[in-house]
Amino acid sequence: MHKYLVKRMLMMIPTLLGAAVLVFFLMQMIPGDICALRYAGSGGTFDASQIARCRVELGLDRPIFVQFFEWIGGFFIGDFGTSMWTDRSVAEEIGPRAVLSLQVAIMATIVSVCIAIPLGTISAIRQNTWIDYVVRGLSIAGIAMPSFWLGILIMLGLLWASNYFLGYGWIPPIQYVSPLEDPIGNVTQLIWPALATGYRYSAVATRMTRSALLEVLREDYIRTARAKGVIEKLVVNRHALKNSMLPVITVIGIEFAFLMGGLVVTEQVFNLNGLGKLFVDSVTNHDYTMTQALVMLVAFIFVMMNIAIDVMYAWLDPRIRYS
Amino acid sequence: MQGFRAALAAAVGASAMLGAGVANADDKPIYGGEFTFVVPANAPPSFDAHRETTYAVIHPVRPFYSTLLRVNPENPGDPSDFVCDLCVGDVPEGTNDGKTYTFKLHEGVKFHDGAPLTSADIKASFDRIIFPPEGVSSARKSFYQMVDSIDTPDPATVVFNLKFASSAFIPALAAPYNFIYSKAKLDVDQHWYEKNILGSGPFIFKEYQPGAFMTGDKNPDYYLKGLPYLDKITAIFANKESVQVQALRGNRASAQFRGFPPKVRDDLVAALGDKVTVQETDWNCVLLATPNHDRPPFNDVRVRRALTLAVDRWGGSEYLSKIAIVKTVGGLVYPKHSLAATKDELEALDGYRPDLEASRAKARELLKEAGVDLSKTYIYNNRGVDQPYKVVGVWLIDQWRQIGLNFEQKVQPTGPFYATLRESRDFDVSADFNCQSIVNPPIDTSKYLSSDVNPANYSGIVDRKMDALYEAMLLEADPAKQRMKMREYEKYVLHDEVTQLITLWWYRTTVHRSHFKGWKVSPSHYLGQALDTVWLDPSVDK
Repeated sequence: MHKYLVKRMLMMIPTLLGAAVLVFFLMQMIPGDICALRYAGSGGTFDASQIARCRVELGLDRPIFVQFFEWIGGFFIGDFGTSMWTDRSVAEEIGPRAVLSLQVAIMATIVSVCIAIPLGTISAIRQNTWIDYVVRGLSIAGIAMPSFWLGILIMLGLLWASNYFLGYGWIPPIQYVSPLEDPIGNVTQLIWPALATGYRYSAVATRMTRSALLEVLREDYIRTARAKGVIEKLVVNRHALKNSMLPVITVIGIEFAFLMGGLVVTEQVFNLNGLGKLFVDSVTNHDYTMTQALVMLVAFIFVMMNIAIDVMYAWLDPRIRYS
Repeated sequence: MQGFRAALAAAVGASAMLGAGVANADDKPIYGGEFTFVVPANAPPSFDAHRETTYAVIHPVRPFYSTLLRVNPENPGDPSDFVCDLCVGDVPEGTNDGKTYTFKLHEGVKFHDGAPLTSADIKASFDRIIFPPEGVSSARKSFYQMVDSIDTPDPATVVFNLKFASSAFIPALAAPYNFIYSKAKLDVDQHWYEKNILGSGPFIFKEYQPGAFMTGDKNPDYYLKGLPYLDKITAIFANKESVQVQALRGNRASAQFRGFPPKVRDDLVAALGDKVTVQETDWNCVLLATPNHDRPPFNDVRVRRALTLAVDRWGGSEYLSKIAIVKTVGGLVYPKHSLAATKDELEALDGYRPDLEASRAKARELLKEAGVDLSKTYIYNNRGVDQPYKVVGVWLIDQWRQIGLNFEQKVQPTGPFYATLRESRDFDVSADFNCQSIVNPPIDTSKYLSSDVNPANYSGIVDRKMDALYEAMLLEADPAKQRMKMREYEKYVLHDEVTQLITLWWYRTTVHRSHFKGWKVSPSHYLGQALDTVWLDPSVDK
């Protein structure tokens, strides 16, 4: 297992390097210039020499390969660079946003698991009954409905309900507070985006739980367990559910990684200062170093999640041995 | 439904006129409270206002700084009403034929770290803006061509010596970007203010969470005694309009200072009634249509004249003002300024004449005379922002279709939009805008100078006669004569050569909670952001 993990970690290097090459050169292909945006983007009169000086300061006047090797060299020594837009270190910019995104991802995952596993299980063991149809309907609706749209509906619903019941409009806070400073305020703000994204996320996991469980329930060992007189609850919980979790874990893991950087629109709807919003802002501002660092971070999270999923496989199914 | 709309319009109108949340003579300011507002932008690139151009710096950071002069917060609608901020008494008159301005400073002013603020700090700040040292960026250096030197005869006196008398000097000095920095800090590191905040303004910087919010506390030692009224301010960055609207509706924020489109104004008034106050005014921003002078047929003045003749500005003002943040018909100068053209003067220019059909008939003749290929589709380069760019873009294309010219709108995000204007130049006509803070027409109209003189003119034109007309206007000290020279420059740009087209001036509509008092709308979203004269009245919400 240890050898396997080391091998997987080493394989991560070419994967990340490939991502680095792709993102660096793709970013260069986007027309536009961070310096022109900074000085000309507000519509006022500007001094052309400012733009030229800005390009020199940011090193954009150097050959593209020099820029690439300097950037990638920094990565190997743990220097992720400085944001071209704010001139702050990339780590300083990403840090607080990563905390927020991680918290939303964890909360959304909890929401998702709490919905998906019970509903998927009920739907499978009550296959083709009205419960199954309702669960399937809910999960199809979850897949079809973008989470940001659900977020907008939640916000409007909160406004309507608070006006109706309290007599004044109420929406969640739009200013982030740390859970260490104000846990209630923090949850009051983040529970809504977690619900909006968790529901969509749960829809995929519910369907996966249902289909995986249905498949396992048809296995010989389940029939054997039933023939031996094991009660149905134990058959499902102890024998079937655990063995059906492999594909579900994969879905949950991949979705978790996606949530860390992919909540672009939902973050905008709830004014969350997370990684998704930072990603959009940095692309809009042509902040190459920040965009590249974010892509590398998300790629790293995906790779790590995949390794974690593989480790979970071995734990869930002892027949799986990595060597 | 019509009745509802009429009632809504009446409510908006009444609110706008009376300004329910604006301080009346009877209103007594109330001390205390935390004021939260949304900044409709992404986080600022840096905190250094000398370097930056975006209001994303001004809105959250201006309350921490002082300036030498500022727009009168009691009368911000008047584009030429300036008052002292760090200086005392009235704004000084120029002596020595208008070439020397002497400012006496408040005594006992301190930076928030306790260090005294003296004339040396004023000089260091303006030297940095006007004569930036090597490696320092100053975005508005070109506004101060008239300044020769700055002297500090004593710690409480600053003297500006000009090369030539200029009506543009005092407005330029009052620009909201002119934060006064500590000489001691600048002497150590000219870039210190990019990442740090240390001013002498009404509020003391407390916290910044990158990209999320900024907070400040009341400055108990503020040199304007009795101010500020508020205990705390919080600026939350929220670039999505839906979030800004919900923040106002849910009372998570009391104001958004940039402005909203008419539809949002109407929705907020319908939802919140007298709990919100609408303030509206002309905006010192204008949307331009810029022909590409390097590309046929728009290098032909007859075709450019046809373009402007086709546009129904008076009608467009009426219709577009209902759906977009544009309204006022004007020339090169902010319409409420004394240097602006009157309606009669405008109607003498092509594109502004009252007889639209005659103008369009003339436009068709000119196109025919120039041999323009009417079967071809031309490119209108536009910015991927709804208000007002895309809305006005659709309207313009329809206007030009009336004379047989077909345009296709090429909408791009801001970065590629500017890359097209500055680098590839792959456009026939492009949207552009001229948006300024302080209303300072002699400086603001430099936008229309030849492209090799002012790179912000994207038309590609090089015309020395036009530049000479501008120069004559700029150097004219007599207001009446300067106004005449501005007309000559304007006629040349908009009528004789049609180097660029003015479409409509923007119209600023602000909506804030009515418990937010003492703030008055100004012609620019960069102005009125010191927040020292505003207060909260919680009784309004009860």
